[in-house]
Amino acid sequence: MENEIISFIDYSFAYQNSGQRALENINLSIKRGEIVVIVGPTGCGKSTLLRSINGLIPHMFQGEIKGSVTVDGLLVQESPVNELSKRVGLVFQNPENQIFMFTVERDIAFGLENTGVPRLEMKKRVDEAIESLGIGHLRYKPPYELSDGEKHRVAIAGVLAMKPDILVLDEPTSLLDPRSAMDLMKTIEGLHKKFGMTILIVEHRLEFSAVIANRIVVMNKGKIVSTGPVREILAAEESLKLGVGIPPITRLHMALKDGGIELGQTPITPKEFMQNVRGKLHD
Amino acid sequence: MISFQSVGFVFQNGTRGLHDVTLEIGEGITAIIGANGAGKTTLVRHMNGLLVPKLGNVFVNGQNTRDATVAQLSRMVGILFQNSERQLFSNTVEEEISYGLKNFGLRDDQIGAKVDEVLSFFDLSDYRGKSPLTLSGGEKKMLCLAVVLAWEPDFLVLDEPTIGQDSINKERIEALVRRLASKRKGIIIISHDVEFLWNLQPRVIAMSNGSILADGKASHIFSKRRIIQKTRIVRPQLLELSTILETVSNPFSSQDQAVNYLKDLMNKSPLKTSA
Ligand SMILES: Nc1ncnc2c1ncn2[C@@H]1O[C@H](COP(=O)(O)OP(=O)(O)OP(=O)(O)O)[C@@H](O)[C@H]1O
Ligand SMILES: Nc1ncnc2c1ncn2[C@@H]1O[C@H](COP(=O)(O)OP(=O)(O)OP(=O)(O)O)[C@@H](O)[C@H]1O
Ligand SMILES: [Mg+2]
Ligand SMILES: [Mg+2]
Repeated sequence: MENEIISFIDYSFAYQNSGQRALENINLSIKRGEIVVIVGPTGCGKSTLLRSINGLIPHMFQGEIKGSVTVDGLLVQESPVNELSKRVGLVFQNPENQIFMFTVERDIAFGLENTGVPRLEMKKRVDEAIESLGIGHLRYKPPYELSDGEKHRVAIAGVLAMKPDILVLDEPTSLLDPRSAMDLMKTIEGLHKKFGMTILIVEHRLEFSAVIANRIVVMNKGKIVSTGPVREILAAEESLKLGVGIPPITRLHMALKDGGIELGQTPITPKEFMQNVRGKLHD
Repeated sequence: MISFQSVGFVFQNGTRGLHDVTLEIGEGITAIIGANGAGKTTLVRHMNGLLVPKLGNVFVNGQNTRDATVAQLSRMVGILFQNSERQLFSNTVEEEISYGLKNFGLRDDQIGAKVDEVLSFFDLSDYRGKSPLTLSGGEKKMLCLAVVLAWEPDFLVLDEPTIGQDSINKERIEALVRRLASKRKGIIIISHDVEFLWNLQPRVIAMSNGSILADGKASHIFSKRRIIQKTRIVRPQLLELSTILETVSNPFSSQDQAVNYLKDLMNKSPLKTSA
């Protein structure tokens, strides 16, 4: 495909000494500029999939690989991590594995210092990242003396400041208060519009991320079981069975549908739900 | 009963952790909400003696936390920490669970039975001999929960229990919390997941800047504009719907309630007669 930026072809991976495959025959193609949300039960292989994009697998986590992953023309297995990290920014599931400098500001600047970005540009990007994550008050604090949600915001800011072509986030809102989670989704949407970034988000709760996504990929037991437009996947019976975090308002819509009340397009927010209801009442 | 009496706490670097906190938590389900950095984790770390107040006192079942060790207090108050990786240190999943039980002086056969029970409850039996560090994020959290539950503490503190959990596991946690509450245990849940909390309809304590901002029923706390702003929450979707439909004096606390109301509403509408 011409504008394809990430491609998994017949890709399988087993962690060393684990005895079983964490990913099994994955075929997945992501287009440049897509926003894709990846969902699936606890332990199904979501983080493993993300690690296979930025080269943590196989360069940090050893194991047995079959097939291939290609990112922006680079074959991941054969490309050095520093080449990959120029293109892919990954926010880890656990922020403590990602922050290590003595102040928040230095931590956020760390990645940029290593890529030779001019000083002025660097300062501007750090300021922007701090501003968009709302952590100005933490700027000169040591990151390890922060609350968990604050640490998470620092980790996210560090990756955003890099302005990677491909932004990969592993449960980015799990430690954030709901307002910050919503703000983050707006920021991500903004970056997508402004720079055409390709964005992959792993999430269990879909209230916030579903609103900005183009597509959902559903995984189970190391495999991709379905992929499709957001509302289609949220409304699928299979998603409910697999424990996909379908928003309560979407569930309500489906329950009414089962009871014979058809309200129209599958909603993600209460506002959308009410538009449907009003539409029917004023018919 | 856990009781805080005018508790103040300041971190070594001068950051205010808690300010003049007075509250009592007994049996049943209590939720603690608040923005990032509000002091929620700092509050619960006072409950098993990991932190000791700078001012005031904390009592657990009448025992002043200043006069007890963390190990003694942990038998009464089990805490599931926000960051599970920090909580895991054994070589295998099985040892992780049995470790604490050994320290509490249980016999080997009791320990064995307990380990089996919690592993199967959390669907972790396949991981028995594996290193906890090779589990996925959500699995680690479940393992930590299994560890704490095995102690059967009077109070169970869950700091962000739903992180990394699919909705089936969330329902499992919800069922567990309800069961413990019915056995008259105290369950304290810190969570940013308002939808999860809304299902439980708990007492809610809202924190802001190290202080208690409000304390009351979920329907009250989640409706007040000032509290919503200060705790940076977003209203649960069913409550938001109730607000739009002006049923907020008796908001939908379950999907069934909403379904019934909407069925009624739609039946009254001309739509139904034409259909
Ligand atoms: N070890 C520490 N040293 C100094 N300050 C700290 C430390 N841990 C937390 N703080 C600060 O204390 C305040 C309360 O932190 P706490 O971890 O209790 O927040 P929280 O409500 O649990 O937040 P979150 O939702 O992010 O987990 C914050 O301002 C935080 O920056
Ligand atoms: N470092 C590792 N070594 C061995 N096995 C691992 C390792 N990391 C993960 N696994 C295993 O691989 C499988 C997939 O794990 P992964 O972390 O990708 O799941 P996940 O979908 O991200 O789950 P969660 O939603 O809980 O974060 C799990 O069975 C897990 O136990
Ligand atoms: Mg994961
Ligand atoms: Mg906390």
